[in-house]
Amino acid sequence: MSGGHSEYNPSNGFTKWLDARLPLPRFVYDSFIAYPVPRNLNGWYTFGAILAIMLIVQIITGVVLAMHYVASTAGAFNSVEFIMRDVNYGWLMRRLHANGASMFFFAVYIHIFRGMYYGSYKNPREVLWILGVLIFLLMMATAFMGYVLPWGQMSFWGATVITGFFSAIPLVGTTIQEWLLGGFAVGNPTLNRFFSLHYLLPFMIVGVVALHVWALHVTGQTNPTGVEVKNMKKETVPFTPYATIKDFLGLSLFFIVFAWFVFYLPDYMGHPDNYIRANSLKTPAHIVPEWYFLPFYAILRAITFNISIPFTDIVLINSKLGGVLAMVGSIAILFVLPWLDTSKVRSASYRPLYKQFFWVFVVVSVLLGWLGSKPADGGYVIAAQILTAYYFAHFLIILPWLGWYEKPKQVPPSIADAVLKKKSTAAQPAE
Amino acid sequence: MKPIFSKLTGLCVVVFLAMGVSGAFAAEEGETPHYPIKKPREASWSFAGPFGKWDLGQLQRGYKVYTEVCSACHSIDLIAFRNLSGLGYSEAQVKAIAAEYEVTDGPDEDGEMFERTAVPSDRIPGPFANDEAAKASNGGALPPDFSLLAKARGVERGFPLFVFDVFTMYAENGPDYINSLLTGYQEAPTHIEISEGTYYNPYYVAGPSLAMAPPLDDGSVTYDDGAPETLDQYSKDVSAFMMWAAEPFLVTRKSMGFKVMIYLLIFSLLLYLTKKKIFAGIKD
Ligand code: HEC
Ligand code: HEM
Repeated sequence: MSGGHSEYNPSNGFTKWLDARLPLPRFVYDSFIAYPVPRNLNGWYTFGAILAIMLIVQIITGVVLAMHYVASTAGAFNSVEFIMRDVNYGWLMRRLHANGASMFFFAVYIHIFRGMYYGSYKNPREVLWILGVLIFLLMMATAFMGYVLPWGQMSFWGATVITGFFSAIPLVGTTIQEWLLGGFAVGNPTLNRFFSLHYLLPFMIVGVVALHVWALHVTGQTNPTGVEVKNMKKETVPFTPYATIKDFLGLSLFFIVFAWFVFYLPDYMGHPDNYIRANSLKTPAHIVPEWYFLPFYAILRAITFNISIPFTDIVLINSKLGGVLAMVGSIAILFVLPWLDTSKVRSASYRPLYKQFFWVFVVVSVLLGWLGSKPADGGYVIAAQILTAYYFAHFLIILPWLGWYEKPKQVPPSIADAVLKKKSTAAQPAE
Repeated sequence: MKPIFSKLTGLCVVVFLAMGVSGAFAAEEGETPHYPIKKPREASWSFAGPFGKWDLGQLQRGYKVYTEVCSACHSIDLIAFRNLSGLGYSEAQVKAIAAEYEVTDGPDEDGEMFERTAVPSDRIPGPFANDEAAKASNGGALPPDFSLLAKARGVERGFPLFVFDVFTMYAENGPDYINSLLTGYQEAPTHIEISEGTYYNPYYVAGPSLAMAPPLDDGSVTYDDGAPETLDQYSKDVSAFMMWAAEPFLVTRKSMGFKVMIYLLIFSLLLYLTKKKIFAGIKD
């Protein structure tokens, strides 16, 4: 849908001059003003723009925090409190940044589920999808390291637990772990490199986001019907004002939720233990990650058994490594999703069975998150094992099987047909 | 499509059964009892809700309870005397309060440390030179610093309360916990064994008993504003003071939040109307 042709007309001497040398205004015009979007996009499609703005919010508040933050085990906790108490509007910056991270993940999960519902990952948008999964991974790394910076009890113990997983890698595990930590345990070198990387990674995210948007502008957006645009004139509208106003509205509503947490419930998403200075001699009763990691944490802890060669005592994969592999696998599997879903129909609106399985998958993911917050004992583990098995079955069994088993509904011949039909049925009862 | 739908419903039933069974298991296996034994009682706080305000009289009384009782064991490291103006004290009052304390300063030109009268920019000095000294005087238990304690304690609310909390803006977990703890000391039930030098308290998060003896009782502190001199009142006042110490900008935050909300609501409405107008212009 990029079209290759451009409708930009430099209007004055300067823009003409610049256009012949660095056509930046043309680029902006073609990408954010004239860029054609399907006319039938719904509200779920505004989350991409919301994510872009949230990334900018994180970077701006983060850069301000970094001006006052002290990356040392002796100074970190107090410097964050200094920001909260003595820096002008420091409390606001920090609340925006910490809650912003949560909102960022909230938005990215909706964005990902939107993609799954409308089959956005399918041909020809595989690369676009893979870049998205890459952004998600970078976000996870960034948020994990950011959470270590305030140097509270959860910061310290979360870092200890998570970096501990690297020691599960056979042979080289401990070496890798010590290399990451810069020592034998989480300490000053760890905090310093985490700060350095926490500052770096968001800018790498910006880079991947640029590629993501580029890929998007090559293939064009999907739309709720899943049918590609056939008639540019009838089925698309220019980005500005149509998509811009919708994105602004989505953003504004999203900010109401964001502000609700920042101003009224700023500690709701956090853990009280992180207001206790890190203490390597005192382990908290429950070490839990931030809420957005909980489903993966549940998968990690679900693997409580060794995998051995049948009828022998030879352990192939011990439970610790198994857990790490399952957790890594649960994200890695998203990379190959475009090839696991064998259905030719894109949108769940025309896939009656997939639509149900999609919602079951959403519920399973939420339940896994709930289990991740529970202690790993007794029945919770059994439930987590069942749901973990289902999580993988969704991708490895259900999606490939649905592709040939399911009889999709009649897909409309074009977006224009779908829109007009909807309009006429909506208009009738009102008459 | 019908049969599959029921299969899916079946699957959901299985999943939920599994969750139910797992819950039952978890409860049964709970040989280690869960703490706290009792959930905190919810009190009403002037600073709760979207329009929460400090009750300055209460904060000053709470500060009095802190200095006269708790400060014998608990420090409040992050608070400087100048911060006390947030409790409604004038500059002169803050100076006078600071002048009652001696702090160590130096080194002077001879390389010696010396004592001097505190000034408003000094932090409120704690009762002990270091954690080890604090433990030594408290039977090995460390009395935690008060600066952040009201945010560092929060008993898990559990489903479905934690969902409702988002809408009711319940964020007083800390003061509710402290208030419940201070007023919750009881005779230990006979079936619960308490280690020596500790006191049974069903509200304590980390066990059946803690190393702090009940610090307050009716009449322990004299109030000069006519507020009741009861355990309940002391406890509420000092809990509110601790919330202030942990989050001095709480009221500023909420009142700014209100303006932001109004702004965003109006802005969203205008955007919505604009969007409607723009989209009405699309021709089929
Ligand atoms: C005689 C010394 C002493 C005095 C006076 C004292 N405390 Fe404590 N307090 C302690 C000790 C010791 C602990 C640690 C208990 C433990 O870890 O078992 C403690 C712990 C606490 C805790 C934390 C409980 C938890 O959840 O970990 C709170 C809250 C508290 N005190 C409040 C107060 C208040 C309010 C006052 C003043 C009214 C006060 N204390 C007076 C010694 C004291
Ligand atoms: C992808 C975007 C980002 C995410 C998801 C993110 C996430 C986080 C998280 C979860 C925390 C812990 C918050 C807390 O509990 O206090 C944090 C802290 C911090 N971040 Fe970021 N961050 C991002 C970008 C940045 C950037 C670009 C910078 C600096 C240039 C930065 C600087 C800091 C600093 C200094 C802290 C420590 C202060 C504090 O804890 O509040 N962040 N970040």
